[in-house]
Amino acid sequence: MAGFLEALWDIAGSESTYINAALFAAFLAFAASGEWVAERSGTLNISVEGMLLGGAFTSAVGYDITNSSSLALLAGALGGMVVAAIQAEMSHRLAADQFVVGLTLNILVFGLVGFLDNEINPETSFADRWEIPVLSDIPLLGSALFGQRWPFYVLYALIPFCWWLVFRTKWGLELRASGENPQSADVSGIDVNKRRRQSVYFAGFTSGLGGWFLIFGQIGLFEDSVVGGRGFIAIAAVIFGGWTLRGTIAGCAVFAATLSARLSVQGLGYDVNSELLQSLPFVVTILGMAVFAHRVRPPAALAQPFVRGLR
Amino acid sequence: MRDGRSQRIAEWLLLYGVSVLGALVLSAMLVQATGGEWRPVLSALLDGSLRNPGRWGETLGHAAPLLLVALGTIVSSQAGLINIGQEGQLLVGAATATYFGLLIGGPGPLNVAIILLFGFVGGAFWASLAAGLRFSRGVPEVLSTLLLVTVASQAVAYALGRQWLLLAPEADRGNRNQVSQQLTEGNRLARIELFGNEFPLTVLFAVALAALVAFAMGRTIWGFRLSMMGKNPRAAKRFGVAERTYGTGVLLVGGGFAGLAGAAMLAGGGFAFGNYQLVPGFSANIGWTGLLVALVSREKAVAAIPVAFVFASLRTGSSFVGSTGVEGRITDVIQGLLVLALLLPPAVMFLRDRRRARAAATARV
Repeated sequence: MAGFLEALWDIAGSESTYINAALFAAFLAFAASGEWVAERSGTLNISVEGMLLGGAFTSAVGYDITNSSSLALLAGALGGMVVAAIQAEMSHRLAADQFVVGLTLNILVFGLVGFLDNEINPETSFADRWEIPVLSDIPLLGSALFGQRWPFYVLYALIPFCWWLVFRTKWGLELRASGENPQSADVSGIDVNKRRRQSVYFAGFTSGLGGWFLIFGQIGLFEDSVVGGRGFIAIAAVIFGGWTLRGTIAGCAVFAATLSARLSVQGLGYDVNSELLQSLPFVVTILGMAVFAHRVRPPAALAQPFVRGLR
Repeated sequence: MRDGRSQRIAEWLLLYGVSVLGALVLSAMLVQATGGEWRPVLSALLDGSLRNPGRWGETLGHAAPLLLVALGTIVSSQAGLINIGQEGQLLVGAATATYFGLLIGGPGPLNVAIILLFGFVGGAFWASLAAGLRFSRGVPEVLSTLLLVTVASQAVAYALGRQWLLLAPEADRGNRNQVSQQLTEGNRLARIELFGNEFPLTVLFAVALAALVAFAMGRTIWGFRLSMMGKNPRAAKRFGVAERTYGTGVLLVGGGFAGLAGAAMLAGGGFAFGNYQLVPGFSANIGWTGLLVALVSREKAVAAIPVAFVFASLRTGSSFVGSTGVEGRITDVIQGLLVLALLLPPAVMFLRDRRRARAAATARV
């Protein structure tokens, strides 16, 4: 037991733990912030995984062509939004089941990206590192939060933007109305399904950015296994956070801490069962939901399709 | 009236035809765009799945576990519950079956039954974790079943590395370090030989179960209650359908069928599925594909039979595609596009029917 505490102390005291945790959290937060917006409009969008992978791949291809990581950003956002377009149009225009569409999309994107990756094999690299003066010298957290590659800082603009969008614009009000009471929203002249489609597009946009961040801010190369199920952890973060933006970000941080602890344990030379470490983030996610899912109130119409005149 | 009906059938056929054709044309365009030729790919697919000697038996052998997984999924989705963790449930089922099958031993046919039974139990156990979280803690089963897939594969990997659990004794495992003992000759499912094709008994078993599920869902009070839960949960509650009991039940059945598929792959498998022993990557995406089969068959157990066969053909055909110089993963793309295409017609028809009904209502006023 003493050994365990010592190991925990070691992990908590090493700067690389925080740097990795910040990277993992940022990746999750890109996806989760958009997913949060989508879920507030009443759609439980489970194609985040596909959007992330699609965005990651198109941004890699974009970089391969243009050799610029900022143009790759546009390509990534576009890739995420293409996946979003199928999700949005099929489930909120044609009223096909949103889970079925999302699940199929994840599998389709995985197959498509794997196929195209073999054919194209895009060349990628890291984006530049920006050290923010003074702030990046803070012990432990400094270089984790202010000494990253520049894609990381996009998140600092994205999260307040999501908040502003949902709570300070008319569009956001209509969006929340669609998520809470679509019938009333419809009666007062809001096009519920249109708002939902737009929110899915937005989720595609941020997830595409997330894929771009993953390639240029975190790992520097593309493989078809880069996302590896973390899109679903991003969805879990929204639930963990009780459908508040603050909670969602906190959820990302908690899950990222587990992902990063996994690396640190091995990096610091502790011998812990690797199967346990591999499944730890998923177990923590499930336990997190088990504790918090009960205490929070989801948007009242979450995951309920809206067809005018039904119900 | 008669006229309207045949017109409707024609509309359905047209819609399905157009969307399936669209998916295939898109796939062909993708092959062409990446410098391949679509004709040889199609012919390789047909060779690998049907035309070459022994291949349709192989395809049937793949279709059976797909169908089993799909049947369980159909039961749980009829009640409106979305279990997407079949891959993990299948793996846990196969692992449980291996463990108890080797532990109990016993005379041949009886032991095969025990293996299948424990496959079911193992899968159901894994699904029960998600069911418990859903009905006591309010965790959405969509996410918990899915997150448990990774946990399952890690748990099975753990067991495969420990001799007191699943790892074969050193003499039996050759130079591999993560493999279970092989089932002995007498403990395997019988294989049927027909016109030079052979397939395990599982195929007949799965088809019989499909008929059983179709009957249970369409003709019994349980099936009726489940579809009430799925279509209108509020009404179901008012009519006294115990959501927790039925919900847990169907999730267990869903997981159990996936586990059963795993056990059937183990006991009836041949080379495609680990050759009668548990190996890393044993589940081979059968769980995911089986889920797609269920989604496409739209909660109809009988429809799942042909769909499972088509998807199995894509699997067995894909190994032949490589020889044409096109990456074999094109079949994943075809499969995904096909599923999306098959989702379209019902959605389009639903909207058209509603528009027509509303037009008729306005005309009456």
